[in-house]
Amino acid sequence: MSVAAAHVTDSRETRSGARGDWSSLLYVAPFLLIYIVLVVYPLFSGMWLSLHKADFFGERVFVGLENFTRLLADKVFLGTLWNTFYFIVLTVPALAIIGLGLALALNRTTRAAAVLRGVFFSSSVLSVTIVTLLWRVVFIPDGGFIATVLEMFGKPPVAFLSDEDLALPAIAITTIWWCIGLPMMLFLAALQQVPKELYEAAALDNAGRWKTLWSVTLPSIRRTFALVIIIEIVLQFQLFGQAQLMTLGGPNNASRPIVLFIYEVGFNRWDIGYAAAAAQILFGLILMAALAQYFVARRKGEA
Amino acid sequence: MAAGSMVGRTLSDRLILVAVIVLGIVMVAPIVWALGLSLKTNAELMVDTSSVLHAPYTLQNYWDLVIGSPVFRWFVNSMIVSLGMTIGVLVLSSLAGYGFARLEFPGRDIIFVLVLFGLAVPEQAVIIPRHQLFSELGLHNTYIGLILPGLSTSFGVFLMTQYFRAIPREVDEAAMLDNATRFQVFWRVLLPMTLPAQATLGIYTFLHAWNDYWWPLISGTNAQMYTVTVGIASTQINFAESAGLGFLMAQAIFAALPILIVYVFFQKYIVRAVSGGAT
Repeated sequence: MSVAAAHVTDSRETRSGARGDWSSLLYVAPFLLIYIVLVVYPLFSGMWLSLHKADFFGERVFVGLENFTRLLADKVFLGTLWNTFYFIVLTVPALAIIGLGLALALNRTTRAAAVLRGVFFSSSVLSVTIVTLLWRVVFIPDGGFIATVLEMFGKPPVAFLSDEDLALPAIAITTIWWCIGLPMMLFLAALQQVPKELYEAAALDNAGRWKTLWSVTLPSIRRTFALVIIIEIVLQFQLFGQAQLMTLGGPNNASRPIVLFIYEVGFNRWDIGYAAAAAQILFGLILMAALAQYFVARRKGEA
Repeated sequence: MAAGSMVGRTLSDRLILVAVIVLGIVMVAPIVWALGLSLKTNAELMVDTSSVLHAPYTLQNYWDLVIGSPVFRWFVNSMIVSLGMTIGVLVLSSLAGYGFARLEFPGRDIIFVLVLFGLAVPEQAVIIPRHQLFSELGLHNTYIGLILPGLSTSFGVFLMTQYFRAIPREVDEAAMLDNATRFQVFWRVLLPMTLPAQATLGIYTFLHAWNDYWWPLISGTNAQMYTVTVGIASTQINFAESAGLGFLMAQAIFAALPILIVYVFFQKYIVRAVSGGAT
């Protein structure tokens, strides 16, 4: 996902490099070989496969775009598209705003701020399977953390993960908890880059804290804000583990994302042509977001 | 953003402090709750989970884990896969980064752009053909099979190319004057200068390999080949009727511990690697 600094090329090197010959290829050949076999070939092979009716054991019939027309009429698939978009709406703005708030609050040199930064980033180093295990015992109605707290106040437990309206929001809360470290750190890095002179000028104008925040700080980190939004869209688009482990996409498909659909169609139903077609749609959507990231990152010098 | 003490002077300072503390509690609550559950016997938890709030506590679950859990086997698998992937990525990315930054060969710039394009290809989009390929090659449920896909990501090549480009060409030229061969220039002169980038890339790769769920879930389906991440998932599938809440939590805490300990000591580098990897 790191198209960001791709523009930093040094044109000088094209001219004055070591003399061109085929032995130079030896340095890049090992990587290129793996890249071609494991990325380029599967990419095109998957596109070709998506035009076939195929199962795992080799039977293949060319069907043209039939898989795609089937997908667009498949209520479950359309539901996964909706769930994925809904999940992005639930998580991405929250991650950006909480991340920015934490960065603003913790952008200090005190020991307490350093410890708190460490605490808020710590969940980011855990694997999805540990995170979901921790949060399932928060959410389960039978002895979960929330249920236990509710019980102390004499309230009945809530079955978050088996309620159609609450399953995806519960997964979103888990995800925000897991992922909050990255946006916070990106904003902190951006805040460090704001020129001191701007604050000095604002102080000379007797601008208060909120005025300084609105007219100096936030405009200076505009580009980072856009970048955080796009990075998180790309990341959250790939929602899989949390849904697979916490709800299995249920109840009644209410929390099934695109990637879980691809996984189940491909590896449970072995309808691999159909799964490959769904994967092409995922690829197209992510490609658009990645291109947006590239163009935002390219404007580094401007804002 | 004047540097000031956390203890507020004004009302808004205090409100910010309260908000941060509340969020901090939300941050640690699930871990503390899991820790509490792991220190309780199943018999006690069956009756009432609010008993977590008071003694008696016991290490029984951890002891059961030491004698009867496959978690150690998973650790060994994770370690082999993560180290293998880290070393592989560092070697391949350094060679390719040097090649793209310093050498000339036919089609270099176009090939580099095509490699960068790989950054926009999510693993999930190529999973079906990749799975088939590994079936044909008989690589499922092998360490090589678990490691290889990690070596195909373009990020490391991109990072190292940028880093080599930032080193002034005069460094190479001076070494060339001393009659060093091209490989000696790469190996003895330039490579040591890329150490900070190697550290960033190494930590980033290791963490990703250790925490990866998607590929090991699909390729390492044999219980003997589970990594920690997949192993912990396998215990959750039969959540209700499995070994018991206390034991499950002990396993989760135990699995999280090594990475959290490493995090405490190398926090600065890990944060830099993860943030660098994202942008």
